[in-house]
Amino acid sequence: MLNYKKMLIVLALSLPSVVNADEFTKADLAQWDSEFQTVVKQGRAAFTDPALGSNGVVCAQCHPNAANTHPETYPKFQKQIGKVISLWEMVNWCLRNPLEGQPLAADDPKMTALVAYITSERKGVKLEAGKH
Amino acid sequence: MNRRDFLKQSGLLLAASTLPLSLVEIAFAKAEDNFSFAYISDAHIQQIKGTQFVRNWDRGLMRAVAEANLLDPKPDFIMFGGDLAQLGKPEEIDHGLEILSALHQKPRFVLGEHDFYLDMGEYWAKKVSEHHYSFDHKGVHFVVLNSILTHDEWSNKWSSPEERMAMMAGLDNPLGSPFMVGEAQRNWLKADLDKVDKTTPVVVFSHSPLQKIYKGWNFWTDDAEQVQALLKPFNKVTVIYGHVHQIQYNQIGNISFHSVMATSWPWPYPSTYAQAEQFLPKLTVEMNRADPFFERDATGWQLIDIATGNTAVHYQLPENKPRTVAFNPETKRPEDSEYQQQREVPQTHY
Repeated sequence: MLNYKKMLIVLALSLPSVVNADEFTKADLAQWDSEFQTVVKQGRAAFTDPALGSNGVVCAQCHPNAANTHPETYPKFQKQIGKVISLWEMVNWCLRNPLEGQPLAADDPKMTALVAYITSERKGVKLEAGKH
Repeated sequence: MNRRDFLKQSGLLLAASTLPLSLVEIAFAKAEDNFSFAYISDAHIQQIKGTQFVRNWDRGLMRAVAEANLLDPKPDFIMFGGDLAQLGKPEEIDHGLEILSALHQKPRFVLGEHDFYLDMGEYWAKKVSEHHYSFDHKGVHFVVLNSILTHDEWSNKWSSPEERMAMMAGLDNPLGSPFMVGEAQRNWLKADLDKVDKTTPVVVFSHSPLQKIYKGWNFWTDDAEQVQALLKPFNKVTVIYGHVHQIQYNQIGNISFHSVMATSWPWPYPSTYAQAEQFLPKLTVEMNRADPFFERDATGWQLIDIATGNTAVHYQLPENKPRTVAFNPETKRPEDSEYQQQREVPQTHY
């Protein structure tokens, strides 16, 4: 243990003093959280946007507070589709069917926002990929 | 019609399809006094533009209407439980009325918040129904309440009627406002009930639950306790409500509560929202999660027979075993006849 600490000190001394890459500050955390919350807000806006699909139906109509979306269970075998899928694929199923709209690309910022919002409403629920 | 005949009949109906309407039977000691009525609720007819409407919600209501017309014996009357429209538009109300016009009997109406907050119920009063009223039928006193009112300050603070309607239409919108029956209507109710013998069975229809379940989604009526107090002097009281798009039941004192299902879409139970405290009646054994791939899943229809003033509700559920929630005279509360004691595993689904 002692040797290990000594080694770390030696290592630290041998590096230029400007490098402290593994530390981040409270200001960093606040900024990153704010970036995340901005996208969550965009997700909530998309989740309640009548223009997301083609018929004016919004996600929140059937999923108040994104309830009954169980993001913690994805990826899982989606029995009705017959294969293991990720949450974004199920979001696209909803866009195509109840919303009668067009699917989004997996990396579309709007998809990221939707998934961020849905997942944030399940904060604190344990991950259970594959669960039914 | 006795229960056995009904079950025979419901088997036939089930074979035809499983539909979101409620057949309500009031059973008395003398069989010739028995009668039934059907209950259709929460159609949420939604205009896209012009003559285009959301197909899914249209189909739900049309199926319920077709099924109600198949009922034999014919129900004495048909109730519609509110939220005929999604955004209160005259076009939506008219389109809903057009679908309902195929019913062989003219329905009676309960007002929902989606029918109300665009023009504060003006078109409804003109075209559809009074907002609150009562009637008597074969020895039962029926009361229809407008339970979706709220404070004037809230109603008057929006920049347009459309904005106000949109704010109330979002179930989980924190900018919405809690429902209430309100003092004026409670005074009317008191005067109405003063004329009724306390041994007369009373059935109250409201849109929102006249009990407090989860404020965040307006599964709630702010002055529920005050309304319950007015119903307390009666021996047998049943409250039947829509709005929640799911099976709920409860017993508070002398009052049995039963929700009806929606023809449009089901809602998750508030308990599935991990971030909030809620008060789903402990008595309620929940429905399964809905299968989104089957549009009409988690809708269904139920028979409610009110034998000597107590209720038994028979739910027919697509892709699931039918359920019966009946008044248990020993425990004096409604209970699920099969799943009440196995609450952890009512039914598994998806």
